[in-house]
Amino acid sequence: MTPRRRKRLTAVALLVLGVGTAAAIAITALQDNMLYFIAPSDIQTSELPPERNFRLGGLVEAGSIQRDSESLYVTFTVTDGAHSVPVSYAGILPDLFREGQGVIAQGHLDDAGLFHAREVLARHDETYMPPEVAAALDRAGAPHGVLE
Amino acid sequence: MIAELGQVFLSLALILALVLSVVPLYGAYKNRPALMAMAHTLVIGHFVFALAAYIALSIVFFNHDFTVTYVATNSNLLLPWYYRLSAVWGGHEGSLLLWILMLAGWMLLVSLLSRSLPRAFIARVLAVMGMISVGFLLFTLLTSNPFDRLIPGPLDGQDLNPLLQDPGMIFHPPLLYMGYVGFAVAFGFAIAGLLGGRVESEWVKWSRPWTLMAWAFLTVGIALGSWWAYYELGWGGWWFWDPVENASFIPWLIGTALIHSQAVTEKRGAFPAWTILLAIAAFSMSLLGTFLVRSGVLTSVHAFANDPERGMFILGFMIVVTGGALLLYALRAPRIMTGKGFDFMSRESLLLLNNVFFTVSAAMVLLGTLYPLIIDMMGWGQISVGPPYFGAMFVLLMTPVVLLMPLGPFSRWGKDELWRVVFPLLGSLVLSLVAALIIVAWLDAWSARAITGWMGGLWLIFGSFHYLFDRQKRSRFGLPRHQLGMIMAHAGVGVFIIGVAMVESATYERDVRLTPQESVSVAGYEFTLLEVVSVKGPNWIADEARFTISKDGEVIQEMAPQKRLYHRSGQTMTQVALRPGLFKDLYIAMGEELDAQSNAWSIRIHIKPFIRWIWGGALLLALGATLAATDRRYRLQQRQSATEGVDASAASSA
Repeated sequence: MTPRRRKRLTAVALLVLGVGTAAAIAITALQDNMLYFIAPSDIQTSELPPERNFRLGGLVEAGSIQRDSESLYVTFTVTDGAHSVPVSYAGILPDLFREGQGVIAQGHLDDAGLFHAREVLARHDETYMPPEVAAALDRAGAPHGVLE
Repeated sequence: MIAELGQVFLSLALILALVLSVVPLYGAYKNRPALMAMAHTLVIGHFVFALAAYIALSIVFFNHDFTVTYVATNSNLLLPWYYRLSAVWGGHEGSLLLWILMLAGWMLLVSLLSRSLPRAFIARVLAVMGMISVGFLLFTLLTSNPFDRLIPGPLDGQDLNPLLQDPGMIFHPPLLYMGYVGFAVAFGFAIAGLLGGRVESEWVKWSRPWTLMAWAFLTVGIALGSWWAYYELGWGGWWFWDPVENASFIPWLIGTALIHSQAVTEKRGAFPAWTILLAIAAFSMSLLGTFLVRSGVLTSVHAFANDPERGMFILGFMIVVTGGALLLYALRAPRIMTGKGFDFMSRESLLLLNNVFFTVSAAMVLLGTLYPLIIDMMGWGQISVGPPYFGAMFVLLMTPVVLLMPLGPFSRWGKDELWRVVFPLLGSLVLSLVAALIIVAWLDAWSARAITGWMGGLWLIFGSFHYLFDRQKRSRFGLPRHQLGMIMAHAGVGVFIIGVAMVESATYERDVRLTPQESVSVAGYEFTLLEVVSVKGPNWIADEARFTISKDGEVIQEMAPQKRLYHRSGQTMTQVALRPGLFKDLYIAMGEELDAQSNAWSIRIHIKPFIRWIWGGALLLALGATLAATDRRYRLQQRQSATEGVDASAASSA
């Protein structure tokens, strides 16, 4: 093997090693940061560890929004027509957060069955429904609320 | 009437594009100068008709012609004239028309500015770009015609999405598209180079200024989008790793790799095949971005509810373009390209590392963006990939880039010694470490992120200036523009990194419940809500919260964020109040009314240090690229190659 070839081979080996490491790290990071979307009906059957974050989606149940009078603490119920889950959140809700409309909450479920949301996302405009929510409603056989 | 004319213009543009993609190519194949020269005429006609169609759509918008479906869904009687004109690209159909117009514009520029290049080569470039235009024109006319009629038309249109009724939004899409479409030029040059065979790596030299300009536009377009999201969405973030943001960021990363590998291929003839591959990839990723955004497969701020037919068309088009290009590459590249060797420690190696890190980053972003789609398609459930994935990967991949960047310019082509490159930079290194600690102490922003951010950022800035002084000492004539451009861009990365590190480590965020006459203090600033009043705009009404901000007991600013309700669409919008500053922004956004009786509102207050540096850094990057693209050497080379071109065509016809 000529010195030049050996150099090339080392370069290629280093490159493969580098890319391989990067790929391994990427996949690990991907696994750690994957958020499952779960509908209220599927919560019982999902096998997520208790403290694991996931995204809960459905409609905000009419008349379920309750605000604290001193702080930004708020509770509401997310439903897919068949089942519903109580959600708590402290912070500013998005512009299009309304009763009877689609919502996605990101957070975790506690032992008592209360979902602690760290982030609440609503639709971006009046005619838009997050596709995950639409699919979840279809599965549970619920109408799409005021949207359609 | 005007809408029908617009449709006719579009169809005429399609016919010219069809002729353009066949005739000059045949001319180049048979070596018929007259057929090759036709390309220039066709390109002018193609541009004129695309422009006419675009103007027709603008007139239809301006005149409130709601019998045109696209106008009826994206405009209304109350919309001010400037938003009516920018509404042309406020939806899917019109933004495609804008895309076509930009492509036609780039083609015209190539035709005008590259007349000195060999005739056959430029004929091939324009023909390849003509084919791309055929694809987009067909797509527009068949699946997304902006001139479709709605009979009978409504009395008033639905509104333009209020998110888009904003000055930032007037410029963001056109600039982004200029970048996306600009990569079609580099693509055209690469394919023409492959088709011709004879020119070998010559095309790299000619395509460099074009690639730099496309990249500069893309940079500004992305930065504008980030700036817009910051003040328009009311969340106070500047980058969300939203799939559509990623869709524009992937071509940018590939483009960054491309401009660096072009430098190597032009100067040293090394890895030419890789450069061609990157040129193909950059444009393919632009197409993929369009596919992801326009097909509606993504959940995002930008996703319009679209029919899958459109997505399938773009996907098919992408397969044809990318597949065809890769096939041609596979057939031709091994035969015509031979790379030159280089040593381990050399400028080539450093630029190769740049390419490795940037393409791996692009692949990583692509993976995170497509992974949820793949999982969903396989029926394995619905997932999303959180921003921490992208953040962690990026820091990991960009750290070596930042460390090595200042070494690049100091290193020699071919062969160098490590100590010779590092030694002169030791001063800058020590200076940046010390200065970073002093600044962090002075700002009292002790955190690992802030310290490493300042160190990395200052290392790039000092390293770049070090190179500037070093060069100026040696050359009597001052630095050429392409070197100044590089220095500016590299320093811009430093400015950007400092901005990111400070925003991510030293932002104050408070979400509070406030009633009038109540105050809250955030980081030494006292925010007092005076009153909440109703105000009226042309097509909206709003609640406006009036604040005074005081520091050390003195009122320094009045701010008035709004919550707007748009009449026609019934959509609510958060209008942020900002006090921008070079070193910190004060940011107030209204949440919602919590209690009508006491007039209590939820209010979001942010203090964002150095956030302007993020966009400032991006502007420096774009300015640097523009400076480099306008360097004399490209013009001189063009004149040189003009004479070569004449010789070559004389020789080949003999």
